[in-house]
Amino acid sequence: MSAVQPSRGAQDPAAAGGVYVSPIPVRRAHLGDAIVAEWTKIRSVRSTLWTLGGLIVAFLGTGLVIAWGVAVTSVERSSGTALSFGFFGALLGLICVMTLGVLTFSSEFSTGLIRTTLTACPSRARVLGAKAVVYFAVVFSLMLALTWSTAVLQIVILDARSPRPGEWISATLGVSLYMALLGVLSQALGALVKHAAGAITAMLGVVLLPLVLALFLISPLPKVSDVLLTYSIPSQLASFYPALGGFAGENGGSGPTGWTSLWILVGVTALAMGGAYAALERRDT
Amino acid sequence: MGPEMIEAVRLTKRYGAKTAVDDLSFRVRPGLVTGFLGPNGSGKSTTMRMIVGLDRPTSGTVTVGGEPFRHTPNAPRTVGALLDAKAVHGGRSARNHLLSLAQLSGIPASRVEEVLGVVGLRDVAGKRSKGFSLGMGQRLGIAAALLGDPQVLLFDEPVNGLDPEGIYWVRTLMKRLAAEGRTVLVSSHLMSEMAVTADHLIVIGRGRLLADMSVRDFIARNSSDFARVRVADDDPGQRERLAAALGDAGGRTLSEPDGMLRVTGVPLPRISDLAHKDGIRLWELSPHHASLEEAYMRMTQSAVEHRSTDDELAGFEQEEQGPEPLVVPEVPQQGWYVPPADSRRDPRFAHGREPAAGAGEERDGAPGRAPESREDAR
Repeated sequence: MSAVQPSRGAQDPAAAGGVYVSPIPVRRAHLGDAIVAEWTKIRSVRSTLWTLGGLIVAFLGTGLVIAWGVAVTSVERSSGTALSFGFFGALLGLICVMTLGVLTFSSEFSTGLIRTTLTACPSRARVLGAKAVVYFAVVFSLMLALTWSTAVLQIVILDARSPRPGEWISATLGVSLYMALLGVLSQALGALVKHAAGAITAMLGVVLLPLVLALFLISPLPKVSDVLLTYSIPSQLASFYPALGGFAGENGGSGPTGWTSLWILVGVTALAMGGAYAALERRDT
Repeated sequence: MGPEMIEAVRLTKRYGAKTAVDDLSFRVRPGLVTGFLGPNGSGKSTTMRMIVGLDRPTSGTVTVGGEPFRHTPNAPRTVGALLDAKAVHGGRSARNHLLSLAQLSGIPASRVEEVLGVVGLRDVAGKRSKGFSLGMGQRLGIAAALLGDPQVLLFDEPVNGLDPEGIYWVRTLMKRLAAEGRTVLVSSHLMSEMAVTADHLIVIGRGRLLADMSVRDFIARNSSDFARVRVADDDPGQRERLAAALGDAGGRTLSEPDGMLRVTGVPLPRISDLAHKDGIRLWELSPHHASLEEAYMRMTQSAVEHRSTDDELAGFEQEEQGPEPLVVPEVPQQGWYVPPADSRRDPRFAHGREPAAGAGEERDGAPGRAPESREDAR
């Protein structure tokens, strides 16, 4: 093996004032560098393959099975559009999106890689930003492809009427944005909690607990139950689908639907990211 | 950029009630390998983590090239650090790990292959680092530190887990990096390694600075040389006579368990003269130069954090069926003699190697040789 390499520093140490100067040009590092690096990271571990593969299988599979089931049993179709049947796949796929989101951070903490990362990039904001941008882009583009293709397949299988453009955009673009944001929220939680199991459990609690609580609170505290049901993440996600939009409406009356839900989640995610930044900045790693 | 590349000023770190680093000030200069020594838990790693901004000091500052590390515009181009060889994602290949680090600071991807070659991991670069041995992990960590071709290098226990060839390689690497005008700070527990690698030493104990000086000064100040004398065994009373004569000459003698005399305060030729005058035959008269390890042990004695006690196995002894007492051989320590003649024909000593002393014999595990604890490598 190469024990001693010929000295590359062309400058004579004495001539350069005793300090080594690298022949590789130095430039300021920026967010773009961190994004490229993050992309290398996310594509080079198997957990990405497994969770995103799971997402594809869960989303497409559920969508097709439901469409097929409805077609076979020929239940009366409520609003005449097949778009709504995409919701169930999205709900299942959410688990994969959350898991990988949490893992992008918690795996750095559990392996100790975070120390290498923060030594190579001391700007915590840049590390956090790059992770969020890359994961958002990955989930968003994958979800866009999935929602689109599933919707087309379901419409073909069920021979349903073609949806209005607003419905179409809400059920594809809207759902993809919402899912990608939930992915980023999971990342923030992963950075805050550090521990994969803890963060995933917390994320599942955030998603499922309000809905479960609402069911048990209907009789003792109907008002609280209404609020929980309206603002629970599954109901918010459902509000992107035309036929399911009434689901939240029935119980919560004038609850937020569709794009309003998206803005709420943007706010929540921004808050969580702020918390994650503060934690990374202050904590010893 | 000042000539002092790393500068700590009154650096202090407390974890709750425990003070890990206590009012520590030092400078690490370019062009030298600076050894960073201290017992376990003395605050070496905490100090190194504070240098690269992973831990925030409770008070005080530490700067690299005059700036706090977190403010360096492109950190890996200024400071390369190996703090923990296990700080990698085991599921990622060595190549991808380094590639992501290179991209993080805009280093061309071709540099990854370069450093993989430097640390000798090119053959396994595509494999997931989960399967790496400790030594391979160290090499990967060193590759990551070298990636940015930085001016300042920090290595926390770099030879941990490396084979002798790897240790030699790290030693030459450190020296070369320093000779190129870089600032190299290395922590290690291996004193013999530090003695041949480092030019300068920073020694801490319980988080405080104990010494900041050249290796030579450190040894000179913290130890003393002595002579080892062995008188002929076949004439009892000679040893006592010599000890008395040396005492009269102003020397101090200390009797070692194996019959040797440890003499300080009398130069070697004078010992020989005194023995000759009294008609005492000497079988051995050798100078003993203090090693860095001895100097270090002496200095840090009071600062050791985790001291071991004898394993007494109290209460576990069985009265009747105790193991047979060890048979102590009559002449226990003969390690420096040439082994008996017939062992030369021993197949284990083939390959024309002289089976004479120390190292070769030890490697072959020749039986009947008592461990030589007092005979230092130096």
